[in-house]
Amino acid sequence: MLFSESIFATRFHITRQDLEKYLAEALSHGGDYADLYFEYLLTSSISIDESIVKSAAQGVTMGVGVRVIAGERTGYAYSDDLSPEKIRKAAHVAAYIAKGPSQVEKFDLKERTHHNLYPVVHAPTETAFAERVDLVRRADHAARAYDPRIFQVQAVYADNLRHVMVATTEGVLSVDRQPLARLSVAALARENDGPPQRGHSGGGGRVELGFFQNENPPEHFATEAAREAIAMLAAVDAPAGEMTVVLGPGWPGILLHEAVGHGLEADFNRKKVSAFSDRIGQKVASELCTVIDDGTISSRRGSLNVDDEGHPTQRNVLIENGILRGYLQDKLSSTLMHSASTGSGRRESYEHVPMPRMTNTFMLAGQSEPADIIRSVPKGLYCVSFGGGQVDITSGNFVFSASESYLIEDGKVTRPVRNATLIGNGPEALKYVSMVGNDLKLDEGIGVCGKENQHVPVGVGIPTIRIDRMTVGGTA
Amino acid sequence: MSRNHLLELAAEVVKRAQAAGATDAECTIAEGEEFSANVRMRELENLKEAGSRGAGLRIMIGKKTGASSTSDLSAEGIAYLVKSAIELADVTNEDPHAGLPEPEELGKLPGDLRLSSADVPELDTELKIETARKAEAAALAVDPRISNSEGASFDTHTGRHIFANSRGFAGEYSTSYCSLSVVPVARENESMERDYWETLARGFGGLEPPDKVGRIAAERALRRLHPVKVETQKVPVVFEPRVARSLVGEIFDAVHGMSVYRQQSFLAGKLGEKVARESVTVIDDGTIPGLFGTSPFDDEGVPSRRTVVIERGVLKSYLLNCYAARKLGMKTTGNASRGLTGNAGIGHGNFYLEKGTVTPEQIIGGIRNGFFVTQVQGFGVNIVTGDYSQGASGLWIRDGELAFAVSEVTIAANLKDMLLGLEAVGSDLEFRGSVAAPTVKIGEMTVGGK
Repeated sequence: MLFSESIFATRFHITRQDLEKYLAEALSHGGDYADLYFEYLLTSSISIDESIVKSAAQGVTMGVGVRVIAGERTGYAYSDDLSPEKIRKAAHVAAYIAKGPSQVEKFDLKERTHHNLYPVVHAPTETAFAERVDLVRRADHAARAYDPRIFQVQAVYADNLRHVMVATTEGVLSVDRQPLARLSVAALARENDGPPQRGHSGGGGRVELGFFQNENPPEHFATEAAREAIAMLAAVDAPAGEMTVVLGPGWPGILLHEAVGHGLEADFNRKKVSAFSDRIGQKVASELCTVIDDGTISSRRGSLNVDDEGHPTQRNVLIENGILRGYLQDKLSSTLMHSASTGSGRRESYEHVPMPRMTNTFMLAGQSEPADIIRSVPKGLYCVSFGGGQVDITSGNFVFSASESYLIEDGKVTRPVRNATLIGNGPEALKYVSMVGNDLKLDEGIGVCGKENQHVPVGVGIPTIRIDRMTVGGTA
Repeated sequence: MSRNHLLELAAEVVKRAQAAGATDAECTIAEGEEFSANVRMRELENLKEAGSRGAGLRIMIGKKTGASSTSDLSAEGIAYLVKSAIELADVTNEDPHAGLPEPEELGKLPGDLRLSSADVPELDTELKIETARKAEAAALAVDPRISNSEGASFDTHTGRHIFANSRGFAGEYSTSYCSLSVVPVARENESMERDYWETLARGFGGLEPPDKVGRIAAERALRRLHPVKVETQKVPVVFEPRVARSLVGEIFDAVHGMSVYRQQSFLAGKLGEKVARESVTVIDDGTIPGLFGTSPFDDEGVPSRRTVVIERGVLKSYLLNCYAARKLGMKTTGNASRGLTGNAGIGHGNFYLEKGTVTPEQIIGGIRNGFFVTQVQGFGVNIVTGDYSQGASGLWIRDGELAFAVSEVTIAANLKDMLLGLEAVGSDLEFRGSVAAPTVKIGEMTVGGK
């Protein structure tokens, strides 16, 4: 998309000269670099609970963030008012960080073309709300129809369209429109008067309403949530202690996000506070493991045409055949580490400073048949779905919480078990990967990653894998 | 925009919504200013300063609702706000339980609740940077093994919260916060660990001194070095206050009115029953001056109050907004909470576990073999079933003493059993946030390790 066609030019009448003027203002106290991040965000959501559409909401948020970098220092200010006075005021506040003459040579803002991974056909504001209502109604109906033991269903459909524009003193001028949609379904099941169990499912991506009307209907997510709730009715206590764990394909890829992804973000490594600091070229996983972070997959939840610093996203190899290959870099860390940005500079909104983040993180497929992987385990745990995960990047200890898992007994998947957290250590855990399936699957598009209080959408993926040793936090 | 102007604007939005066809309306306006300074390895690293505001509108047409929000408070933005909310009421369903509070339920606590300190907006930037610098320097000076740091932050926030509805309520209050935190990294040979300490207050004068914050953070990081992964076993588990606070947070989730009416809480349907040891009394109190969970009224315009949630082990009350109250045939407890958009949810005031009489040293001293937890990790708590399984690290208790560091283990049990097995409650209750708890001891949990 071109600057001249963007909402910032057409509706807010911002010109290239204005942008150059604001950037010059940002460098008025000195500094090595400055950038502007404009955002105009339209959001909508609709939810059903007890078969009643109880809530429908829409909103608009706009603002601009101004950043100045001087050596290792960053100054940041923002304004939710796009008037020239307010933007100049923010630029002036951000400039406070720098002292002395600016190191920046004269620049001309140049528009670059980049990939178009998620064409915007209809703005959310152009689609009738009645069609969104239909999605949550169908989800509610399908979950209840799945089994009479389902007694509560909640479904939420939320979509947004984010207009962004980045201008930098390196001459980058980039505009993008980023759609994002998600349908989530939660179901509760109960047998006779026994305790309830829950199931959850959802999906979406950088897509529009049509995605759910055709190939990914609400019935798919609803029956999946209902199935999980019903399956858990028979759950027995989860085992405790070290054992063999098999992860199913898709969303269990959250393992990679926690075990290695965060620890490879360049800011932590620049400061040498990550368990992966100074380990490039070392073996951190079994040779069966190749882990990729790829922001360029069409329509995926974690994908971006350009990152939030105006740098095109790319496919980054993090671990290749078990060897640590690279970090995820943003502008600041790559400059200080004399490296290049990997298109990983992301931020939650104009109110936030960008930092290195993941996009879609996954492990490449291997050779094993998934059925053979399960057959190879005499006693262990088979995990097919997870809640969330978390990592302490300094010690490298990470957790991820299994919401649907089963015992493996004599090579067969047997009884479902109650929720249990799995814990491991980042640079060690993947060394125990002894089989990698040929069934790589990306998740359905529900991930949200939090770091230093900033939340961004991400994707994960993994084939079926066998981990010979991992600690499972059950009670049995 | 002047102070009074925003209150007038909220009332005006309500009137415009009514003129456009709403039978009821409520408008929230929030305004805030934030400042943040980070120092790392003695050098200033980040400075951030900015302000923002936004408005949210929720309207009813009969028993149907619509909601909208905007950060654009211009005439054009307000016109959008009203039009959007009205339009959406068309697509929602009639909900017999939806509606505003009754006029007699509305009101505000009188007097000065000391939620805002005049010194916060006046603080000098250099003083703020210097405070962070001192705290980090104190951490780095504790021991040569504190050789690295993720830095120290000094943050302030001032805000205004404005609410008006079509039943005659209009109110506002201002808040302020300062916080100082340090994250030192301890390293010895191949072992590297970090920890943090933080102090939070309504005004600068209420903060702990930077030297103390730095020293505590460093000592916490140091004692985590060279951790051991213990064998899998069932033992007594002691939660230090910072971790006990998260356990009390789980109790809040379980008495949350929305979860209760949907029966997605293990405490649903248990009013009047014994759900915990007699030593357990849990209170929600939004009225205590100066504390972090205090407010004159909730986000539906109902006065904040004190609610006894669990009294000597017996479940006495859920926490409710008007909607959950109607669903359950009860009265609101003044716990409505919302952002700018959508229907009101439920939040807490100062939600805490009443302190007991034993000191933490006495609790630890009475345990021969057990686990003193200083950090939990993860999302392994299922409020529907009560299943609790979290990653944990801390110190092992041997013969009544803290013996060695432990990490990469899990702790698991069911919350029902944990509350009934809550054998000791410490005397060390401190309000370091809106959820608070003293040290607690759980009789038995499964520690998952080797």
